[in-house]
Parts: sequence; structure tokens; C-alpha cells
Amino acid sequence: MTFLEKLDRLDRRIIFLIIGIAVFVPLLFRVPIKVVQSPIVQDIYEGIQALPEGSTIMLSFDYDPSTLAELQPMAEAVVKHCIQKKHRMVFMGLWPQGPKLAQGIMDEMAPRYNLQYGVDYVNLGYKTGGIVVISSLGSSIADPFPTDMNGTPLRELPIFDNVKTLRDFAYVVSLSAGDPGIKHWVMIAKDRFKVPVGGGVTAVSAPAFYAYYNSGQLEGLMGGLRGAAEYETLIDTPGTASYGMNAQNWAHLMIILFIIIGNTTMLVLKRRKEKSRVR
Amino acid sequence: MTMTFAGAIGIFLAGALTLAIFSFLYKDNPVYKFAEHLFVGTSAGYWFVYNYFNVFKPNVEVAWKEAVGFWDYFHVVIPVLLGILMLMRLIPSVSWISRWAMAFSVGMTVGLNTITELETNILKQIGATLSPFASLHFNNGGLGASVNAIIILLAVLAALVYFFFSKEHTGGYGHIAKVGIWVLMITFGASFGYTVMARISLLIGRVQFLQTDWWVAIKHIIGLG
Repeated sequence: MTFLEKLDRLDRRIIFLIIGIAVFVPLLFRVPIKVVQSPIVQDIYEGIQALPEGSTIMLSFDYDPSTLAELQPMAEAVVKHCIQKKHRMVFMGLWPQGPKLAQGIMDEMAPRYNLQYGVDYVNLGYKTGGIVVISSLGSSIADPFPTDMNGTPLRELPIFDNVKTLRDFAYVVSLSAGDPGIKHWVMIAKDRFKVPVGGGVTAVSAPAFYAYYNSGQLEGLMGGLRGAAEYETLIDTPGTASYGMNAQNWAHLMIILFIIIGNTTMLVLKRRKEKSRVR
Repeated sequence: MTMTFAGAIGIFLAGALTLAIFSFLYKDNPVYKFAEHLFVGTSAGYWFVYNYFNVFKPNVEVAWKEAVGFWDYFHVVIPVLLGILMLMRLIPSVSWISRWAMAFSVGMTVGLNTITELETNILKQIGATLSPFASLHFNNGGLGASVNAIIILLAVLAALVYFFFSKEHTGGYGHIAKVGIWVLMITFGASFGYTVMARISLLIGRVQFLQTDWWVAIKHIIGLG
């Protein structure tokens, strides 16, 4: 068996091992990478940056732990940015586990930045219904969420003194892993109630949302780990995404090499087989 | 954040189960099978409890207790009734009744989405495809944007031609449809690239978990951390 034939029949476990090493080793050294910003991520940053200090922002956690690796770094970066700008944050989720993930971030951030629950931030929790919940927020926040996640009536939370409906939010950020998610926020919050909508999605679904960005329906978008790393670079706070990009680069390099080697081997062997058939 | 012993055990188990799932990459084995079945079982239990506390309890139990007028009760009774009708599928002799609830659900969703979908995904997108032509210019830095606008419009038309099956894809029309296939292939290529990034990101997330939380939990359990 020639070298090329051996390569053609390479045990796929060797490929798994190489990808595993390409991811594991760079993560050991924890070197953050400053990613070049793309306009689509820069726009969401600038949208939040341009809001007057103390604006109220809705952050909808429309994902669950299965996409935590991509969306949680985005969520952390946006929350840090809101805290830097002293914006007030209202968390909710169209996915059942979303608000718990938001709570995990705030359990760490609130004591560190001395944030007061009910004044600087609040967690409304999860409500089933997807697009209907967003529509309902347009009439009154208290309709779908009469209380916050802990059962406190909204009228007892000072953050809602001047925020009664979806229109009263300066910006909506949806971190979305699918349906319901950012598409529904665009459909209702942006297109019906004219509230600026930006957010982040998993890399798998990112290409589908570029159309909304190009049409101006989406203010900005973070796509996958790279989008999160870009945002971390913009707020100058490297986090898990910036550290992860080093591993991502090496893994992509390996995959590109495998694609080139695999296709070249296949083509050369095919040509040899055709030649031998002619003889 | 301080870690409790129980928390450390939980994180240790999560890491061990991650490795058990990864063991499938070598070959199918009993450890992988155990982790897979455990995941399915715990997921079913978890979602049952989660749905009870997050869907049924606030929308039925609490809403009923707090109802004060006719309409409050009405808003609880009707959805519950429709839910019961949906469950009739489980009884073969009256399973047809579930179609009423299904019809309500489909009808309501269609009514709610038709205008919004049309507005967001058709009219606004057509507008965004054509609006750059109102200010098309090839000087003062407008060359790139103008060429982009033309390429996008041609790509949209070619892709639409490919999906128009009422005319045979032959001759000049067939050539345009072939361009449509190329447009679709480029789109799939971009999606595939992003999908690779997504899958590697998930692996990175797990490795970061093993290197940080899991390692800290192990040190905590053996008394080093």
C-alpha cells in the first residue's frame, strides 16, 4: 500500500485526536487573542455605547446550556458593557433555562460592581409563548410578567417606574439559539414597535441573520465565538471567547489542512486508477 | 466564588460524563451508552418538573387562585380545556377531538404570523434588495456598495429562477437556474464554514470546563483546593 493509499484510508480517530490536541494545547496557555472587529459587531457595541447613561435595556436569554459555549461569553460581554455605561438591565428568557443563565452571570457581577436588584437590574424569568409574549410586552410588561422571577410584583421594583411597555426600552438584546429568538424580536420589537434590536446567535444560524442586518432591521449581530471575542475586544475585557479563539484558529487550520490533503489524495488516486484502466 | 463539597461532586460528575460521551470517538462502548441513557432519562425528568413549575403552575394554578373576575377565569379555563382536548389523542376512540385544539393552535399561529412574516421577511427584504439602486453611483467610494447591490440582486433573481419549476430549466433560462445553483452552493459553503466554527466552539467550551471548573472540583474533593 502506497503512502497516498494509507492516507486515503486514514483512521478517523487520528483526525479526532489531532483536532483534540489542536484545541486542548492552546487553551492550556490561555493567551487571549485580540480579534479584528467587523462592522456588524461594532454596530451593536456602538448602539449600546451611544445610549444615554442609565438607559434601560432588555436582555433576552433565548438559549439553554447546549449553546452555552458560544452565547454565554456574548452575554457576559454585553452585560459588562451595560455595567460600564451604567445602563439598567431587565433580563428575561423565551427559553426556559435562559433566565437561570442570566442569574448565573448576575450572581457574579452584582456584588463585584455593587449593583442593586430592582434598581440596576431585574430578572423577569421565563414565559412560554415566544412571539406572543413579545407582542404582549408591547401592551404592558406586567401582562406576561405580573411578577419578577422571585414573585415580586413589578410595581414594587423601582426599575419599572418609567418603563411600562416594550417601547420604553432603549434597546433590546436577544441572545438566541433558535426558535423563539432574535427573529421574533426583530418581527415584533423592531418592525412593529420600532425599538432597536441587536444580539448574538450561534455560528450555525449566523448567515441567516445577515439579511436582517443589511436591511437595517437588526442593529448589529455577534455570530458564534468569534462575535463574542470581537465584543470582548471592543470593551477591552478579554474573557472565555478571546482565550478560546486561539484554539479555534488552530482547529480551523487543521481542518483546512485535512480538506486539502483529503481532496488532493482523492483526486491523485482517482487519476491513477483511470490511467491504469486505460493501460 | 467558593465551592461546596456537594457542588464539587456535581461538577466532577459533569466532567466525568463529558469524558464518557467523548469516549464514543474511540468506539461505541458501555460507558458511553450509560452516559447517553442517563442523559435521556434525566432530561425527561428535568423537563417534566421544569414545565410544571414554569408553565403549568404560573399559568393555571396561580392564575386560577388569583383570578377575580369572569375574564380572569375565562383566560385560565379555555387554554386548559384546549390542553385537555389535545390529550384526547391518547384515547383512540375520541382522538379526533384533539384536532379542534390543533386547529385552534394552527389558526391562531397563522393569523398572528401572516402579516408579521410578510412585513419582516418579504416586504422589508425586497425593499433592502432594491433600495440601494435609488442611490447607485460608481464614484466617490460608491463603487464597492454599488457592485455589491448589483451582485445581490442578480443572485436573488437567479436563486428564484432555480426554484421556479413551472418552466423547464433549459436554454437561457436553464443557464440562469445554474447560476442560481451556484448562489445556493456559495450560501451552503458559508453556512458550513460557520457550522464548523460552531462545533469547534462547543468542543472549546467543554475543554475550558474540564481545564477550569472540573480541575478545581477535583482539587477540592481530594483536599488540595
